[in-house]
Amino acid sequence: MPSPSILLAFLLLALPAAAQEVVEDAIPRSLTGTPGDATRGRAIVADRQRGLCLLCHSGPFPEEPFQGNLAPSLAGAGSRWTEGQLRLRLVDGKRLNPDSIMPSYHRREGLHRVGPAFQGRTILTAAEIEDVLAFLMTLREEAAP
Amino acid sequence: MIHRALMLALLALPALAQERRSGFEDMAPQTQAMQRDDTSNPGMLWALEGEDLFRQPAGPAGQSCASCHAEGSMQGVAARYPAWDTARQAPIDLAGRIAQCRTDRQGAPPLARESQGLLALSAHVGQQSRGLPIAPPADPRLDAARVQGAALYAERRGQLDLSCAQCHDDHPGRRLAGSIIPQAHPTGYPLYRLEWQALGSLQRRLRGCMTGVRAEPFAYGAPEYIAIELFLMSRAAGLAVETPAVRP
Repeated sequence: MPSPSILLAFLLLALPAAAQEVVEDAIPRSLTGTPGDATRGRAIVADRQRGLCLLCHSGPFPEEPFQGNLAPSLAGAGSRWTEGQLRLRLVDGKRLNPDSIMPSYHRREGLHRVGPAFQGRTILTAAEIEDVLAFLMTLREEAAP
Repeated sequence: MIHRALMLALLALPALAQERRSGFEDMAPQTQAMQRDDTSNPGMLWALEGEDLFRQPAGPAGQSCASCHAEGSMQGVAARYPAWDTARQAPIDLAGRIAQCRTDRQGAPPLARESQGLLALSAHVGQQSRGLPIAPPADPRLDAARVQGAALYAERRGQLDLSCAQCHDDHPGRRLAGSIIPQAHPTGYPLYRLEWQALGSLQRRLRGCMTGVRAEPFAYGAPEYIAIELFLMSRAAGLAVETPAVRP
């Protein structure tokens, strides 16, 4: 009979896999089980070294010059998608579109020649992804045409 | 052989499908003016230094580049590189050839990649092809490396999992943050980049993109860079050499 602490360790190890369960085109469950923080999420999205989002996307960030136009505006993302749909698109959007240029923010496998500083690491942590999601869900208004 | 040629033609298709344009066309008018006017083009400082170095004796025999290569004889040379190096049975780029000439023929101390002297000599030799169309050699011995270069260009790498082609073939003209994505035609190397505040090689630029997608760049002088350059130069065939170009 394994000790309770070993059982607990197994349970914890199994958690991330269970948390990323894909249902249709979404990951309905939070990666952490804790709601994200939209203020922290906004800071991550605007940070060109962390979220990297504004390199390709534009969005409602009047203080940020030089936003990219390689991808749709983030404005209105929270009304276009459910939180679960956005979660899968952040975690590994290539499951939906293998040719997408959007990086998979929570995937370690299947990558090639990753720089030493980034090996074995995901672009964002599970908690950071939940923060970004909390922020994206506040973006209800579409960009002005 | 025909198979190789066909493969190359197919690989180059996405780039040919749209009108090819130098990154020069996408620059602000003031940056274009800086490149056009030799008295304001900072790259000319390196080219002039290279002209001096070309005439300067180096090595035990006191030979300079000019001892063998007559004034103006380098016209068109840069437009034909990378070329096949018979001695080493491998493709070689222009900077590699200059460095090789210096050690093997002059017996002078080696010039390191990206060193001021090698950049200066490359700029001086490159400048003599300015305005001439890029004319990759038809040498079939280069084909294998060219195919390898095309594959490297299309290969996703790094934590961000992006290939060169995904930006430069699929999205040229769009903005990555504030920067317009060019079609990636290496028409003006070595070139002066405002971001670097210095002259730099194509390899330096390629390393910048690789680091940008959080991939491990190849070492300076690696055959992979020569392969990519071979592919890019065949893709840019016919466009005018701009060395020393200016880029943001």
